[in-house]
Order: sequence, then structure tokens, then C-alpha cells
Amino acid sequence: MDLIGATAVARGWRLWEPIARHRALAVMLFIAVLPWVTPYQALATNILIYGLFAAGFNLLYGYLGLLSFGHAALFGGGAYACGIAIVRFGLPWYAGLALGTLGGMAISLLIGALATRTRGIYFAMITLAFAQSLYYLAYQAQGWTGGENGLRGVNVRRVELFFLPLDFTDPVARYWLMAALVGLALLALSRILNSPLGAVIEAVRENEARARACGYDVAATRLMTFVLSGGFAGLAGALQALELSTVSIETLDYATSGLVVMMTLLGGAGTFFGPFVGAAVFALIQDVFSLWTVHWQLLAGAIFMLFVLFLPRGIWGYLLEWSEQRQATQSS
Amino acid sequence: MAALTPELLALQLLVGLALGAIYVLLAFGLSLIFGMLTVVNFAHGAFYMLGAYVAFAVAGLTGNFWLCLACAPVVLGLIGYGVERFLVSPLYGRGIDYPLLLTFGLSYVLVEAVRIIFGKQGYPFDSPAALAGSVEILGNYFPLYRLFVVAATGTIVLALWLFVEWTNFGLIIRAGARDPEILRVLGIDVGRVWRLVFALGTAIAAMAGVLAAPLQGVTPEMGDSMLIESFVVTVVGGMGSLGGAVLAGLLVGLVVSLTSVVAPELAKLSIYALMAAVLLIRPQGLFGRAGLLG
Repeated sequence: MDLIGATAVARGWRLWEPIARHRALAVMLFIAVLPWVTPYQALATNILIYGLFAAGFNLLYGYLGLLSFGHAALFGGGAYACGIAIVRFGLPWYAGLALGTLGGMAISLLIGALATRTRGIYFAMITLAFAQSLYYLAYQAQGWTGGENGLRGVNVRRVELFFLPLDFTDPVARYWLMAALVGLALLALSRILNSPLGAVIEAVRENEARARACGYDVAATRLMTFVLSGGFAGLAGALQALELSTVSIETLDYATSGLVVMMTLLGGAGTFFGPFVGAAVFALIQDVFSLWTVHWQLLAGAIFMLFVLFLPRGIWGYLLEWSEQRQATQSS
Repeated sequence: MAALTPELLALQLLVGLALGAIYVLLAFGLSLIFGMLTVVNFAHGAFYMLGAYVAFAVAGLTGNFWLCLACAPVVLGLIGYGVERFLVSPLYGRGIDYPLLLTFGLSYVLVEAVRIIFGKQGYPFDSPAALAGSVEILGNYFPLYRLFVVAATGTIVLALWLFVEWTNFGLIIRAGARDPEILRVLGIDVGRVWRLVFALGTAIAAMAGVLAAPLQGVTPEMGDSMLIESFVVTVVGGMGSLGGAVLAGLLVGLVVSLTSVVAPELAKLSIYALMAAVLLIRPQGLFGRAGLLG
């Protein structure tokens, strides 16, 4: 499932160091081998898209400590922005992706401006409620969104990449293009986390009062992080719109918000690799158990509860902890 | 758009009050649990749905609505007691998000379990024969069952208010919402009080589910949108405020029903506009006082 992690832990720290330093590159490597280790390609694309979505969510929950239950609005909003740009305005694919990202950011700015006005405990409830209102809005605005039937015909056949024509209907070519875009997004995410802003984000999570006393604007940091998170979620949604050629109303559903929460916690909130691990594990759970039973959600929910109760750091979080302990015992 | 006659307006007010009554019961339980345990209960909608399904099962066996109304809160109260004891209480002291995440996972499991047992499709739920039909008041006809829902909710809320204000256990609840540490020092088993409060909140949600079943039928997903809407009520009323839950619940119910007369397509959206307005003007909610049962 996670080749990089397994070998890094097994061979100890000499290999681990550079991976931690070039974490975006490491995820790209992971992405590059992914289509050959998953049962079929669509699953790899799914992991790619949901991994990016979860990484964006993780920026807000894992690094800033704000739990959003409305990320469906940002993901679905990005998907619809991209779809509407391509279907209704006939814009090219890259404009669709850019508008999807901007759409996610615009919606998170709107929701965030209201949700960050209250104490943290309200945040989950308010984001969930506003995401639901966007669902109803998309449901009603049939002329733009296709309403209940979803937005169909987000067809991109050919992609001109620096005068290099790519056949977008070919799943492999499509996967590589998406992998490259997700890789770029992860580089940006890694850069944000390494920047002074990244340090402030974690300072706010660790001790809000102290961060404020140090002169940082806590409310502005929260809003900015939410908007950045919305950008990643919006891009992931736009990629999904291109992958599936449609945008269904379910992308805005409560379940989509819940899904990204589950993936992130399963993989390990507050770690760079965790969201991708979570997305991969969740996709595999879904894939394997839906062969046996239509009620795989029961199992997913139960596994999630076990993680909340007994393994709150998630899979990657415990791998990290374990390898750190190994290092500590080796050096002593 | 239908012409807004006084008769239609009166009827729509009753419809709004009946819907609001369901919101009141849900928000009351949410607020009670949050005020005491600082747990945002994401399984509240699932408990509401389970209450309706217990009623559906009991009605199938006995055909007696009153027995449903008595059984569902007891069954769900016991479930709530067990959930707090074995699932939620290990998470205290580990950050406010963990109980929320756990109850979210629980709701996922409960909804899917109901789908397995009762099937994916919903069922209609007949209102009791004694409450079918309508009644004439001042020349207008009102559906009897909706009047009953409003009256039943009024009775439940009054009983809960008397319980919280005038009994010894109510005193302990109010003290616990203010300062659980002192309560513990005074020799009261706070863990037990919390379990009972969680069970009480769950039982009230079940009651709401039974009352709502004849209005909308029972489906496994009936709790999802109700959970979100009762969050809106709690945000509007102020988290942890019982009085706020009652007034905001009725307000939200009325806003939905009156908007659906004027502009039906905006009915679902209107309450979010209300919430946005409250957040802009009074972020702590209309009656919000941090962490107190007021």
C-alpha cells in the first residue's frame, strides 16, 4: 500500500532523512508507482484526487486545529466552477482548473468569514450548515448546475501541453497529467508549511493565547488557512470533474465532507503523508469490501470509531512515532 | 405563488410551529449535552432516526401509538447511556474534537445498521386514529396531529424545565454545567450525572423522532438533514442555552414554513440566511452565554 513508508522504516534513518526533507518529491514518487500497485487505474486516480483533497483538509485540521465538516462545499464548489467554466462558457481545461481552485477559495472565504467569528466549537457545525446550504443552492440552480441530474458533458478530449498534444481520453496520459498537477500542488503545500506562515499556523494550534500575545492575528491566520485549504480542495474537485466528465450533486453532500474527515484521521492528521495514506487505505477498504457487501459503510464507520478511540494519530502518525522510537533506542 | 389568505397564513403558522417543535426537542437535547459534557453530538440525528424506527417496530407489533411514544425514549435512553459509558467517556480530556468525531462515526454505523435491518427504502407511518383529521378553531380547520405535536412538545419542555429548575438532580445538572470540578469535590459522582444527561438528551431526540414520524414517514436518512438544521437552531439560539433552543427552534420552524408560502424554492435556504444574519450581528447566538445552561 505504501511502499515508501515501508522501506523507509525498514532500512532505518539513512533513507528516512532525505525523504522527510523532500516530502513533496516523495509523495510524487509514491504517486508515480501508484498505478502499478492498485488493482486498476481508476482507483489510482481516485486516490490521487482524494489524497489532494485530504491534504488540503489536513492543512486546516491537522496543522491549524480547526475541524471543518463543510469541505464538501469547497471540493464540490471547485468541481462545479470547473464544470460550468468548460460546459457553459466553453473555456479550455486549464482555465477550468484555475477557476476550480479560485472557486474553492472564494467559497471558503465566504464561509470562513462567518464561521471564524465564533469560538472553535461552533466551527464544525457552521461549516457543515453552510455546506448544506450550497448543496440546496446547486440543487435549485438547475440552469447552471443541472440540479439533481448533475452537470454533464465536462468533456476534455485533447490537451495541448506546451505544444505537446496529449490524448486526454487515454487513462494513462490523463493520470500523468493529473499526477503532475497534484505534485505541483503538494510542492506549494510543502512550501506553505515550511514558510513563516506555516510556523504561525502551528503556533495557533498549539497555543492560541500565546500566539496572540506574540502579536499574531489569530483570526486572520485562521481565515487565510481556511482559504488556502479551500484552494487545494477546489483544485481536487476540478480534477475530479475532468476525470469523471460530470459533476454530480453528491460532491456537495454531507457524506463528502465526512469522507475527507475520515480519510485524514485514518492516515494521520497533522502529518504530510498521512492524508494520502488515508485516501489510499480508504479507497482500498471501499474497493475490497464493496465486493462482499453493499453495506461497506458500516465497516468504514466502525474502523473510523476504533481509530478515534484507540489510534487517534492515524496510520502514518504511528509509523512516524515508531521510527522515532527506533532512532532513539539506536542512538542511545 | 398561492394567494396569502388569512386561513392559509394561520395553517402555515401551525405547520411552522409543529416543525419548530421537532427542532426545539432536538436542539434542547443537543444543548443539554453540550452544556454539561461539552460534547457536540453528531449522532443526535441518528438517535432521532432510531427513535422513529423503534416506534415503527413497536407500531408494527402492537399498533399502539402511545406505546411507541413510551417505548422509544426508554430504548434510546438506554442506548445513550451505553454510548456515553463505553464510547464517549474514554475521550474526555483528549480535546473537544474527539467526541465529535466519534459520534460522527457512530451515526455512520447506526444509519447503515438500520439500512441492513429495515431496508434502504423508507416507510409511511400512520398518525394515531384518535389524532387523525382536523379540528375547527374560529372557522379555520387545523390538522389535529400537528396541534398535538405542538402541545406534546410544550408539555415535554415544561416538564424538563421544572425538572432542571426545581429538582435536586436538576440542581446538580445546573451546577455541573457551571463547574464540574467543584461538583466532584462536593462528593457527587459526576461521571454518573454525565451518563444520565447524555441518556436524557438521547431520549428527547427519540421522542422527537416518534413525533415526527407521522409527519414525514421513516427513512434511514431522516436524521441527516434534521441534524444539520438543529445545528442551525443551536447556533441561532446560542450553544448551551435551553431557552435559546426553544425560541430559536420555533423561529426556524416558522421561517421555513412562511418562506415556503412566498417562495417554495427558497424554503430550505432561508434558515441558512437566518444563521448568517445571526452570525454577523450576534456571533454568540441570540441567547448565548459561554458554557452555561441558561
